Amino acid sequence: MKPVAITRMTVTSALGAGNETHLQALRDGRSGLAPCRFEDVALTCHVGEVAGVDAIALPAELEAYDCRNHRLAWLGLQQNGFRAAVRAARERHGAQRVAVLLGSSTSGILQTEHAYRRRGPDGALPDDFHYAETHNTGSLARFVALALQLEGPQWVVSTACSSSAKVFAAAARLMELGWIDAAVVGGVDSLCLTTLYGFNSLELLSPQICRPWDAGRNGLSLGEAAAFALLERKERGMAEPQAWLLGTGESSDGFHMSSPLPDGGGAVAAMQQALAGAGLQPGDIDYINLHGTATHNNDAAEDRAVQTVFGPAVPCSSTKGATGHTLGAAGGVEAVLGVLALQHGLIPGGLNRLHPDAELQSNYVDHSRAAPLRHVLSNSFGFGGSNASLVFGAAR
Amino acid sequence: MSTLFVQGIGLCGPGLADWVQGAQALGGHAAYARTATAVPPPARLPAAERRRAGAAIKIALAVADEACRHGGIDPALAATVFASSSGDGANCHALCEALAGNDRLVSPTRFTNSVHNAAAGYWHIAVTGRAASTSLCGFDTSFAAGLIEAAGQLHGEPSQPVLLVASDTPYPEPLHATRPLPDSLGVALVLRPTGDGAVARLVIAAQAPQPPTPCRDAALEALRQQIPAARALPLLELIARGEAGRVVLDCQPGLSLRVDIHRS
Repeated sequence: MKPVAITRMTVTSALGAGNETHLQALRDGRSGLAPCRFEDVALTCHVGEVAGVDAIALPAELEAYDCRNHRLAWLGLQQNGFRAAVRAARERHGAQRVAVLLGSSTSGILQTEHAYRRRGPDGALPDDFHYAETHNTGSLARFVALALQLEGPQWVVSTACSSSAKVFAAAARLMELGWIDAAVVGGVDSLCLTTLYGFNSLELLSPQICRPWDAGRNGLSLGEAAAFALLERKERGMAEPQAWLLGTGESSDGFHMSSPLPDGGGAVAAMQQALAGAGLQPGDIDYINLHGTATHNNDAAEDRAVQTVFGPAVPCSSTKGATGHTLGAAGGVEAVLGVLALQHGLIPGGLNRLHPDAELQSNYVDHSRAAPLRHVLSNSFGFGGSNASLVFGAAR
Repeated sequence: MSTLFVQGIGLCGPGLADWVQGAQALGGHAAYARTATAVPPPARLPAAERRRAGAAIKIALAVADEACRHGGIDPALAATVFASSSGDGANCHALCEALAGNDRLVSPTRFTNSVHNAAAGYWHIAVTGRAASTSLCGFDTSFAAGLIEAAGQLHGEPSQPVLLVASDTPYPEPLHATRPLPDSLGVALVLRPTGDGAVARLVIAAQAPQPPTPCRDAALEALRQQIPAARALPLLELIARGEAGRVVLDCQPGLSLRVDIHRS
């Protein structure tokens, strides 16, 4: 594929708001996970809750969109000069030539969960419940497009935990086809009862802090996040971007709704496709940001997949021990963290691993260290057997 | 602007049993009579998945299956784009109700089926399909979004057919009152970048907003306005009539999608 410029990006998660706090946290090996105090949830688990979301006020004209997911999106959009960069891109290309393609797994479902507890005597939802603006899965793209005054193609990709990785691929394709010149991509997912109690019902929620690649790993810790990137078509004379999107790969397992192919075959296909799209060999990748959810089967299958494609040498880690698993936002979060690693020559350590698992062969990095990086690969895999891999290259 | 060749069609909705019968009504060869949607059982699914599949999964799989048979393609090899406004409304209601209760006990199957890509996941399991798949939502304009995404997929992998499935199922109360979808409807298209044996050739392009093209039949027009996936019907009307012509689809505020339909 033709390289696509990442001209601006920003991430907000339990580690804080904006890129600087994330870079510092990665360097320091700090986790944003803490014992769950979200609402009145009575589950023993850790979560990565973003501070201050409840206090965010949306602008009056976007009031109908008010819900936790859009407050978090709004908080994220204020960081790292993202809105100003999008405004400049809109002026350069025109509002209809800038797409808004975002990932979310549960969108504003928390708002609906609350509304179900406030049903009237006739069972009706309260009048202040706005289906189209908060519940509908597509509402995130509409909200962000309105906030940024963009009129290009807009939709939400909702393929569970690969959602916001896949939007990078969709945007690159629309650019190659000539439909758009730029795109706001990324993802937003926020804590809700559906995912907390749902993952608990599947016995995939760890009662402790999640421990990716640990011998005793016993499940994931949920987080919430907003991550955005501004992608632009490569043009002669353009300012040096923050990094390049070089390759994308997508595949399906066609195996099981909630378990990966045991040999990681779908993940292998996604990674190989991303490498081929980038015109790179496995040896060209300097760091892999793993999907690494810390469930037993996911990490085992991903390890096999990484061995198949890369062998045991490439340094890799999961940053979910720091952010938690942010589901539909994870692909976007880890794209930004991967690019921060490229920009600052940093291999982020995976946190919380106490006992390496002898069954896992990957070169898993526990402690952050400086290293010159040229190419980073990021993996995102989701329920329904949905796999996506992205390859990013340093700006120079 | 992108060119897509329609190689196979699947259809299921109120008074539209399948594409064979539906094309008669859409083509004006038989009167359209609206009756409740009847979805055939998902024969392709393994027994375990068949037990777990809800209405949203069943209708998506039914039209996907018909389009692949009609197009004569191996469904395992197709990339897929699933476009839906609502996902599985009944499943969503059951989860919200459980979470509003005191014990908050949710069924693991319901949680697994709550993902927007449940239909895609079940389809790829049913056909052991390993190709790329995406599931998207653009509220009322999900079909137009799916068509654009399908064009992107075809461009990325020209040798691979793309199966586009747009489907919606109604919510039970109380969500129904806030999003009144009267019945289920699904449309599937097998799309290719070249045209051997194609049913029609579509040239799609974004343009400044313009009112969407209505259905010619008043009862079908009512359906078009009521169910997001039925936004595809004016396009199917032209194909069923064997006519060339132009259809404008709502894309989103500020943008329309122009679809020029050519006889192949």
